[in-house]
Amino acid sequence: MSTVLQRELEKLKRAILAQCAAVQSQVRNAITAVARRDESLAVKVIQSDAEIDAKEVEIEEECLKLIALHQPVASDLRFIITALKINNDLERIGDLAVNIAERSVSLCRENEKVVHSSPVDLTRMVETTRLMLENSIKSLVNLDTELAKKVRLLDDEVDEENRKMFRTVIREAQKHPEILPCLMSMLSVSRYLERIADLASNIAEDVIYLVHGEIVRHRSSG
Amino acid sequence: MSQPAVSPVNQKRSNIASEPASTPKIAVRNLNFYYGNQQVLFDNNLDIMPYSVTAIIGPSGCGKSTHIRVYNRIFELYPEQRAEGEVLLDGVNILSRQTDVIELRRRIGMIFQKPTPFPMSIFENVAYGLRLHYRLRSGEIAARVEDALKAVGLWDEVKDRLDAPAVSLSGGQQQRLCIARALAVEPEILLMDEPTSAIDPAGTARIEALVTSLKNSITIVIVTHNMQQAARISDYTAFFYEGRIVEFGPTTRVFTNPVEKATEDYITGRFG
Repeated sequence: MSTVLQRELEKLKRAILAQCAAVQSQVRNAITAVARRDESLAVKVIQSDAEIDAKEVEIEEECLKLIALHQPVASDLRFIITALKINNDLERIGDLAVNIAERSVSLCRENEKVVHSSPVDLTRMVETTRLMLENSIKSLVNLDTELAKKVRLLDDEVDEENRKMFRTVIREAQKHPEILPCLMSMLSVSRYLERIADLASNIAEDVIYLVHGEIVRHRSSG
Repeated sequence: MSQPAVSPVNQKRSNIASEPASTPKIAVRNLNFYYGNQQVLFDNNLDIMPYSVTAIIGPSGCGKSTHIRVYNRIFELYPEQRAEGEVLLDGVNILSRQTDVIELRRRIGMIFQKPTPFPMSIFENVAYGLRLHYRLRSGEIAARVEDALKAVGLWDEVKDRLDAPAVSLSGGQQQRLCIARALAVEPEILLMDEPTSAIDPAGTARIEALVTSLKNSITIVIVTHNMQQAARISDYTAFFYEGRIVEFGPTTRVFTNPVEKATEDYITGRFG
C-alpha cells in the first residue's frame, strides 16, 4: 500500500510543480503586458486561465482521492493538505494575473500620452512580488523553510508599497483629474500585486507547516 | 486533556520529564522483561492516564502485547517469563509479592484478539465472573448481567436468548460479550490486545464506538495493528520498536507530526 501511495504522492508533487510554473508564467506575462502595453499578451493571459482552473480541480480531486483511499498520516498527510491549500492559492494567483491583464487591456486603450505622463511607478512592487512568488515556489521545491521565512518578511514591504501607491493616486488624482481612469487602473494593479504577495506568503507558511508541522499563520513574520 | 508525566520520546532518557499535570492510573517505571534468558522489553517507561484510551502500536514482535500482559500479571502463567522494574497502579507496585493477583485481574480486565467465550450460555458467560468475585443474590446477578450487556450494546440483540450458547453469536457479538464479561466485575482498566483483528468492519465499528464511550468510566489500553484505529479512538499513542518505547504522546501529534523518524516511517507504512 505504501509504495502505491508514494507513487501517487510523486505524481501529485509533479502536478503541483507544473501548476506553479504555469501560474508564474501567467503573472510574468500579465506584468509584462502592463509594462509594455501589450494587449495581445494580456488577452493570452486571460484566455490561458481556463487551463489553470481545470488543473486546479484535477489536483483537488486527486488530493481527495488520496485521503479517502490511503488515509495518510504524518508527513504524507501534511503533504496532501499542503498541496490542497497551495493548489487553491495558485488558482487565486492565476485569477489575479487575469485581473492585472484586464487592467492592462484598459490601460492600452487609454491615450498613450496620458499613460506615460502618469507618475505612478510600480517597478519596485513588481520586483518584490515576483521575488516572493519565485522564492515561495523554490521553498516548496527544496523544502527550504529558511527561504520560506524570508518570503514572509518581504510581505510587509509590499503592503507598504501598496499603501504608498494609494496615497500617490489620491494626490495625483487631485492634481490631474483628467488621468483618473489611468490612475485607478494602476491602483488596481497595485492591489492585485499586493494580494499575489499575500498568497505567496501563504504558500511559504504552508511550506513551513509541511516541513515542521507547525502552523505559523497569523503570527508575526519577524 | 491533561498531558502524561513521562514523554519517553527516547528511552535513553528514562527519567520523568516533567511534573504530572494529573496523576497517571498506571505508571510503568524501568520495566524490563525476559522470556528465559532473552530480554524482550528494555527500560519501558510509560504513564497511562485515567479515563483515556492509550493505543500501543508497533510492528509484530516489538513487545506490545508482552508489555500490557505485565499489567495484570498474566505472564506469570508461564514460569520462564519474568518482569523487572515497577508497574504502579494508583501508586502501588503490582509486581510486588503482596499483590492479590485475583483482585488485580478484577481491577484490570483483558480482552484478546480472538473472542474467548466460555462454553456456556450467553447469560452464564457474564455471570461467571460475578460469581467468582462477589457473593450476590440471583436477582442482583441478573441485574448486573443486564447492565453489562446493555453497556456493550448487546442486550437488545440477545435478551430473548440468554440461555443460548455464547458460541452461537457472531464474532463481533462474541467479542462484545467478552467485553461485557470483563465489565461486569467493574474493572478500573481494560486491556485490549488487538480486539478487532478477527472482527468484520461493522463489528469493528461497534467495538470502537464502545471503547470511546467506555472511557468515561474506565481507563483503556489497546494494542492494535490497525493504524487508523489507533488514530480514531485513542487519546495517547505509544510506538514500540524492538522492545523499546520509541515515542509516546497525544495521538493527534503522533499521527500528524511525529518527533522520531522511526515512528514516521512506521505509521506511513515505510517499514514494518
